[in-house]
Amino acid sequence: MSGSSALARNPGEPARVASDFRLSVEQVSYAYSANPAQAPLFTLETTSFQAKPGEIVAILGPNASGKSTLLNLIAGVLAPLSGRILLDGFVTHSLTPRTRAQRIAMVQQESRLLFPARAWEFVLQGRHARGRSLRFESDDDVRIAENALAQVGAAELSDRWMNQISGGEKQRVILARALAQQPLLLLLDEPTLHLDIAAQVGLLDSLRRLAAENRYTVVVVTHELNLAGEYANQVVLMQRGRCLRVGPPASIYQRELLEQVFQTPLSVELKASGRPRVTVLSGA
Amino acid sequence: MRPLTFRRVFLQCSLLLVILFVVVIVALKFGAVPVSLYALGRDLLRFALGQSSQISTDYGMIIWNIRLPRILLGILVGASLSVAGTSFQALLRNPLADPYVLGVSSGAALGAILALIVEPHLTISPALSVLLTPVGAFLGAAATITAVYFLGRREGQIDSTTLLLGGVITASFLSAIIMFLMNTLSGNLRGLSFWLMGDLSTPLQKNIYWFLGVGFFAAAGAIYTTATDLNLLLAGEKEAMHLGVDVPRVRLVVYIAASLLTGLAVSVSGAIGYVGLIVPHAMRLIFGSDHRVLLPTTALGGAIAVVFADTLARTVVAPSELAVGAVTAVAGAPLFIYLLRRRLT
Repeated sequence: MSGSSALARNPGEPARVASDFRLSVEQVSYAYSANPAQAPLFTLETTSFQAKPGEIVAILGPNASGKSTLLNLIAGVLAPLSGRILLDGFVTHSLTPRTRAQRIAMVQQESRLLFPARAWEFVLQGRHARGRSLRFESDDDVRIAENALAQVGAAELSDRWMNQISGGEKQRVILARALAQQPLLLLLDEPTLHLDIAAQVGLLDSLRRLAAENRYTVVVVTHELNLAGEYANQVVLMQRGRCLRVGPPASIYQRELLEQVFQTPLSVELKASGRPRVTVLSGA
Repeated sequence: MRPLTFRRVFLQCSLLLVILFVVVIVALKFGAVPVSLYALGRDLLRFALGQSSQISTDYGMIIWNIRLPRILLGILVGASLSVAGTSFQALLRNPLADPYVLGVSSGAALGAILALIVEPHLTISPALSVLLTPVGAFLGAAATITAVYFLGRREGQIDSTTLLLGGVITASFLSAIIMFLMNTLSGNLRGLSFWLMGDLSTPLQKNIYWFLGVGFFAAAGAIYTTATDLNLLLAGEKEAMHLGVDVPRVRLVVYIAASLLTGLAVSVSGAIGYVGLIVPHAMRLIFGSDHRVLLPTTALGGAIAVVFADTLARTVVAPSELAVGAVTAVAGAPLFIYLLRRRLT
């Protein structure tokens, strides 16, 4: 075990470390193995990047490149093997589940419910970490939840059943629940999967607006190269557990690099807005 | 938005309390020996006024020494099994989970029987040896739910089909061991059908009621403190974790408390099946799936259901008696099949 790992796990260490960045991923690595005696099945090699409030970071890469692992490390539900992840100077993995949920919200690919619930009940769940465990929701909680639904343009869905609304509507309600947590950091794991183009653009438009208005730092794992190029301030490019590049989309989106990572012939052009556009070339 | 309020929970529980009271009166009235409502009311009033000495001895004997203790037992057993069932359903994310179906009741029965077997060989005071059966049942229940939990896990996730199959197989395996023990060891062990079917007819010592009552309120109270955590666990452990639930702690508290509830119930009434399945489903239909209201209403609903079922068991074939477990199984097994079919389509 390396020295930096001991640093991340040492309980005697001062909890807060001063930093200009909201989120700071410092030399983080991780290894997953089903059996401790065997070689790890998956390793994430040292990864570092930083993000300020209001910034959107996109984690890009083919399947099994370690995107979701990195996201879970940032969320603090996995402990890094070495290095550390700081959110406003606190090590995310060392926070209690409650404190973590007050600062970090995660939007996952799908949310299956065992018993039917209405959208407003679902959004109120986001207030869980803010109340004592037996407390009934206060007027404040209701106001914040209503506001969260309004912010994603889903106020009219409030009384609908979660299993009776469309995929795009559901994704917006799930995002509203994350907003109801009033987090500093918003994490999204492939939020645009299963959505049609209009819903994808709608979701990312609201993300960009929310990040600017509420000063969230947003980290989103996605396969959508063009959406990431259009909306992200920073891109983290991953391949087979390695972090290849970190930077603004225009500097990362180079034809040779993307072709090598995604194993697909493609072309990249720079639009007038300064944002790159990727076109996949078929049959070449 | 109409969030749950304490007032609503209180009103709904009060309504169920009234129903429970009516069912208790009915249960006191009906039985092999008919008792008129007038005599019952008169005696209850006299009892309330502290004039128990004026109660006629025939009635008094039947009402106070036979029917009322049995009804009390039914209330505690019904409430315990229902709360245990609700908890298992939330933790295992399986609407078909029930202490009986998962084999936890059989585990508790086996634990209780083993305690009865070792009891004569231990030198402890009689007051403590009374508690040996419930403790044995608790350990049996806890061991079984742990085993079934790991049987039902696949690649770190609970697979609901594997879990149910694992539970059913565990139940039949443990029942076979119980039958083996009952057939090879004779003595003062209570009858075989008691442990496998469950009934409320066994007379108990007075202090065991206190033990049951305190145990119920401690365990059910512990589960109630995790009510909102259980709401979030319905969406899965990962998601609950991201929303701020301390999943390992909740899991530990609820498994121990639910095992305790099952163990207590089984140690005095044997394995009464399907109560923990029928009651939570009925209450969910009426009151919704928020555990802050679901847990207290299932406790009351379970009490109502078991007292009612036991009254049926005492009266339908009078002067003979059915096991209350047979009544609940007749109602519960078809419901289980219905829920299973609905899930598969």
